Amino acid sequence: MLRYTLRRLLGAIPTLLLVIVLAFLLVHAAPGGPFDDERALPAEIEANIAAVYHLDEPLPMQFLRYLGGVLKGDFGPSYSYRDYTVSELIGRSFPVSMQLGILAMLLATVIGVSLGILAALKSNSALDRVVMGFAMTGISIPVFVIAPLLVLFFAVKLHWLPASWTGSADASRLLLPVLSLALPQIAYVARLTRASLIEVLSSDFIRTARAQGLGTAAIVRYHALKPAMLPVLSYMGPAVAAVLTGSVVVEEIFGIPGLGQLFVRASLNRDYTLVLGVVIFYAALIILLNLIVDLLYGAIDPRIRRR
Amino acid sequence: MKTTRLLPVMFATLAVASILLAACSDRGSDRDSSRSDTPVLDRALSTEPESLDPQKSRSVQAADVLRDIGEGLVSYDASGEMVPATAKSWEISADGLTYTFHIRPEARWSNGDAVTAADFVSGLQRLVDPATAAFYAAELGNVVNAADIVAGKLEPGELGVAAAEAQTLVISLVRPTPYLLSLLTHPSTFPVHRGSIEQHGDAFARAGNLVSNGAYVLADWEPGAIIELHRNPYYWNDAETSIDVLRHHIVTQEVAEFNRYRAGELHITSTVPPDNFDRIRAEFADQLHIAPTLGVYYYGFNMSKPPFADNPELRQALSMAIDREVLVEAITGRGEAPAYSWVPPGVDNYEPVQLPYADLSQQERNAIAQSLYRKAGYSEQNPLRFELRYNTSDTQQRIALAVQAMWRNVLGAEAQTVNVEFQVLLDQMREREVTEVFRSSWFGDYNDANTFLAIMQGDSAANMPGYSNPEYDELMRSAGEQLDLDRRRLYLEEAERVLLADHVVIPLYFYVSKHLVKPEVEGWQDNILNYHYSQHLSLGAAEQDGRP
Repeated sequence: MLRYTLRRLLGAIPTLLLVIVLAFLLVHAAPGGPFDDERALPAEIEANIAAVYHLDEPLPMQFLRYLGGVLKGDFGPSYSYRDYTVSELIGRSFPVSMQLGILAMLLATVIGVSLGILAALKSNSALDRVVMGFAMTGISIPVFVIAPLLVLFFAVKLHWLPASWTGSADASRLLLPVLSLALPQIAYVARLTRASLIEVLSSDFIRTARAQGLGTAAIVRYHALKPAMLPVLSYMGPAVAAVLTGSVVVEEIFGIPGLGQLFVRASLNRDYTLVLGVVIFYAALIILLNLIVDLLYGAIDPRIRRR
Repeated sequence: MKTTRLLPVMFATLAVASILLAACSDRGSDRDSSRSDTPVLDRALSTEPESLDPQKSRSVQAADVLRDIGEGLVSYDASGEMVPATAKSWEISADGLTYTFHIRPEARWSNGDAVTAADFVSGLQRLVDPATAAFYAAELGNVVNAADIVAGKLEPGELGVAAAEAQTLVISLVRPTPYLLSLLTHPSTFPVHRGSIEQHGDAFARAGNLVSNGAYVLADWEPGAIIELHRNPYYWNDAETSIDVLRHHIVTQEVAEFNRYRAGELHITSTVPPDNFDRIRAEFADQLHIAPTLGVYYYGFNMSKPPFADNPELRQALSMAIDREVLVEAITGRGEAPAYSWVPPGVDNYEPVQLPYADLSQQERNAIAQSLYRKAGYSEQNPLRFELRYNTSDTQQRIALAVQAMWRNVLGAEAQTVNVEFQVLLDQMREREVTEVFRSSWFGDYNDANTFLAIMQGDSAANMPGYSNPEYDELMRSAGEQLDLDRRRLYLEEAERVLLADHVVIPLYFYVSKHLVKPEVEGWQDNILNYHYSQHLSLGAAEQDGRP
């Protein structure tokens, strides 16, 4: 297992390098530069700014300078936050996105899996239809509709919860964003769990277990749930990555200082170093999460481990 | 056994991790203290300042915060009238080339140090120093040696700014600059605390490091969320400051901002959402503030390519066929004024020149536009086809579609609308390769017609159409040499007349500032600059804390 992990981590290095090269070329190919504005700058001022940020050097030079910095762990200064470095900005915003993401995924897993099991056990009953109807709604209503509705109801009408991140200093500011992030995930997880559990429950080894006289609760707990979790787990890998790195929409609506908002601002402003920093960070995170999911597969299903 | 417990173990780990996270990232807890009974004002910024370094910042939003944190030689009162600030008085030499400022002996930095003329010298030298890479470096172009320092030909120390005595600052100019005092209200000309720049270098503008000379001092900056300022007890006019804590919230979404205002989290909004504007106007009539401002929304012609280069009659036809009243009433609809001049009304010492056809009715304009269109060689069989480019946004799109329809209905011209991302449009406007007609805007940096007219000079970087008329440039040069304000005004007005007669741009409407202000906020006055210094505001007793 250790050798496998090491091999995977070493294999990630060329992938990351490729990501850096591609991202570097793409951001520089996008029209417009980081300091363009309607109030265009006189040529000599533009030259001074380019010199300070080394934007006057040929592109290959800039790339080598950047790569050299990255290898030393220096992602450069941000162009759109002139008082901060890229590492500082990511270091400040990732914990915020991660906190929300973990809470949302936790909520989604606990509620989603429970609902899925309930629906699977009572499949085709009224309860199943209610749960699946809820799930379908959760999937089809986009978060940019749900979040403002939650704000209107809980913050503007009832004044129970803050409408934004800066509207309160305590944990109550987490509730609405976490709920907005979790709702669609709950729906997905519930549907996946239900479908997969129904399939497992109809397989031969479950029939054998029943024949041996085991009750439904014991069958689900000891035999059916683990194999039924495999598809859910493979969904969770990328979903966790997406949620951890910040939902742009939720962060914009609630004014949350997370990674998603930072990334959008960086790309709109052509903040080359910040875009690159976030892309590299994101790529590394996805590689890591995929590895964790694969390791968990092995832990859950011995057949995979042997391969 | 090990694998059976895997899921619960996973959950437990996640739960512990998130609780730990919640505990350690609760940096906002110190904000609770300020919430009790000290007066706290919550305002909104529509985008985040790129820097709170007075010389390195650029945006309107950065300037809004910097006007709370710092102070220049001169400033504005709540109504937008210029008033002495860190300088208590000044003299201007007879030739208009030397300004002598007397700095208040009681002026202090937020650490208690005295503010001296040398601090202003450092700030201004820092502004023109190429190593600072300041966006506003060119604004000081009329100060002796400024242009050569920006171009790297002279050292910053040779700037024509000197501390004659500890509290006396002398600024020497190469030509009279009647708007110099307006420039000196801008944050880029604020003094800097030399000790803290030496100590912290590039990080000097961060919370904890920044020493400032305004009514407030930077207490905390959480990028993407909030900038918190606390009262500066050393400020020379602290006795007149009422609010102790200011929170500038960064709110990029207009609807989210409106909801936060309704939820009681904001006292002042940065704008008002366009949707449901009529409902908002009815419901919040006493809290809605709409005021003219120094900004023009315009369509520009690419003056370096056919069909619009060398075709003033065609440009005039397109300009006349647009019914601006319809645009401001049916489309923008938030109190904007239709534009028939380039310089907005309300600018000091100036009477904007009107487009020659401003007095005609729209029917009369349409008739003339049609004959000009035909004269230019176009007809129903041979319609003019061109592209109208704008940056992607709902408002821009609605305006573009309306104008496209007006051009089609009145002239039969076929404009194809093309929307691109803002940075892409900026790039294309500057390149002048693919643009034909494009959407842009201009906001005055200071209250003087020069800030609008100067950008249309042949050598100006912000001259997006690529307009170049020696007569115009000559008038602007002459205006720059006038000492007498009335004579200067005549030159500037003549320049605008030339510009408008050439139909290089189609001014569509003048922007307005739009704010919602809670009834308990006292001291708010609408003004054309849309500057609202927090030091002029106070909170009435009524429901100071309406927050949940």
